[in-house]
Amino acid sequence: MTTIVLNVNQRRYSLQVLPWVSLLDALRERLKLTGTKKGCDHGQCGACTVLCDGKRILSCLTLAVMKDGSDVTTIEGIASGDDLHPLQQAFIEHDAFQCGYCTPGQICSAVGMLNEGKARTREDVKELMSGNLCRCGANTGIINAIMEVKEGGGLE
Amino acid sequence: MNNFEYKQATDAIDATDAVAASEDAMFIAGGTNLVDLWKYNLVHPKLLVDINHLHNHKHITELENGGLRLGALVTNADTAYHPLVEERYPLLSKAILAGASPQIRNMATNGGNLLQRTRCYYFYDPDVPCNKREPGSGCPAMEGYNRIHAILGASDQCIAVFPSDMCVALAALGAVVNVSGNNGERSIPFTDFHRLPGDAPDIDNHLHHGDLITSIDLPVRGFAQNYSYLKLRDRHSYAFALVSVATALELDGGIIRDARLALGGVAHKPWRMHEAESVLIGRTADEATFAAAAEVILADAKGFKYNNFKIELARRAIIRNGMMALNPETQLPGAQPSA
Repeated sequence: MTTIVLNVNQRRYSLQVLPWVSLLDALRERLKLTGTKKGCDHGQCGACTVLCDGKRILSCLTLAVMKDGSDVTTIEGIASGDDLHPLQQAFIEHDAFQCGYCTPGQICSAVGMLNEGKARTREDVKELMSGNLCRCGANTGIINAIMEVKEGGGLE
Repeated sequence: MNNFEYKQATDAIDATDAVAASEDAMFIAGGTNLVDLWKYNLVHPKLLVDINHLHNHKHITELENGGLRLGALVTNADTAYHPLVEERYPLLSKAILAGASPQIRNMATNGGNLLQRTRCYYFYDPDVPCNKREPGSGCPAMEGYNRIHAILGASDQCIAVFPSDMCVALAALGAVVNVSGNNGERSIPFTDFHRLPGDAPDIDNHLHHGDLITSIDLPVRGFAQNYSYLKLRDRHSYAFALVSVATALELDGGIIRDARLALGGVAHKPWRMHEAESVLIGRTADEATFAAAAEVILADAKGFKYNNFKIELARRAIIRNGMMALNPETQLPGAQPSA
């Protein structure tokens, strides 16, 4: 067992983990933050996307012990209290989900992408969101929602 | 999946000592391939040595000779978007951005990119034989579904391909890999880093156990005026290449003065052939010239039942990518075909 500190959604957690526990399992099973989803568990679907020290990463391929001391933002930490994040609001308005299982990863990934500032066109956004799969086929709504927030000045 | 111990290395010597001390120890950096291989029960480390705190290898620095040194622990994303890489080695930037997903590129390191394993589906399936996974057990890919497999440099033991995009550009650019090991430091030309399967397909490259990649050096010439990376795959994005092509040209009034040509997705290593590049030099940069180079580089290509199409696909991709290199500004995101 190794004792690590994770600053998740601006709250400090100290926990003991075995070396092979993924960041995803630590978030879901230990901290009970089940908003982050386990899809494929192999880095192929993006459902487990979280922001770690500001960058979007796959929590399923990350060992929790390797992120000792890091700042992690999950879908539970995206809104400001009861005020939805602009991307959350845009996802509702654009019907950007059906079953919702990929949505936390999509939104965390979109936050990361807008912060990266590399997407200029709709084609860029599609390419830079390709690590998040939606099997319901809501991709058009997802890209529309992200484009609206991006065109509207992005993140506050 | 087996249990393992975990240790954070403080410097390169600490790291190489820790791994060299046990056959069952491995380095971990980004972990994007290693953690997955472990979950699939394909690797069984008893100790993972975390090298993410080796801060000396987390920078991109200019070399005295005018080249650029890419630290082994710089992420693929930070490399692709680095101003000096974008300005002087745009071929490398484009190739990196054609690979994996943004999340994976934020995690994966330059050193690790060189060490990723094949995505051959038989390699990943422990219920079937595989000479790469279990030497001597056989290769079901040869008689099986071999759509993604090799058309060049394969052996009667293995027809797996090396999956990296970044490495195709590094081969074309003539990069050098710097390695630190038990016997000191050494430098390996990029095209000598990976190996062909031969009769030992379980061995992907020329590193020894305990060797640590510390950096990758790019030579001065980056071919920043005329270059293109084209990646053809079964899905529009976030898929491995069926065929990819890196082309870099130095032009003088429409005549090719120097050329680089490397293929990905077709062999056990990035495929670069000097004879094919020689065909391009001194000729007009047009479709007929690129077709002539394609004939040379694909002369010994051999297809199997489900990947025979790759030979013609590679030929056309070489021609198209040559033409794309004439107008880099028209290139599309994700290394898609453009006019």
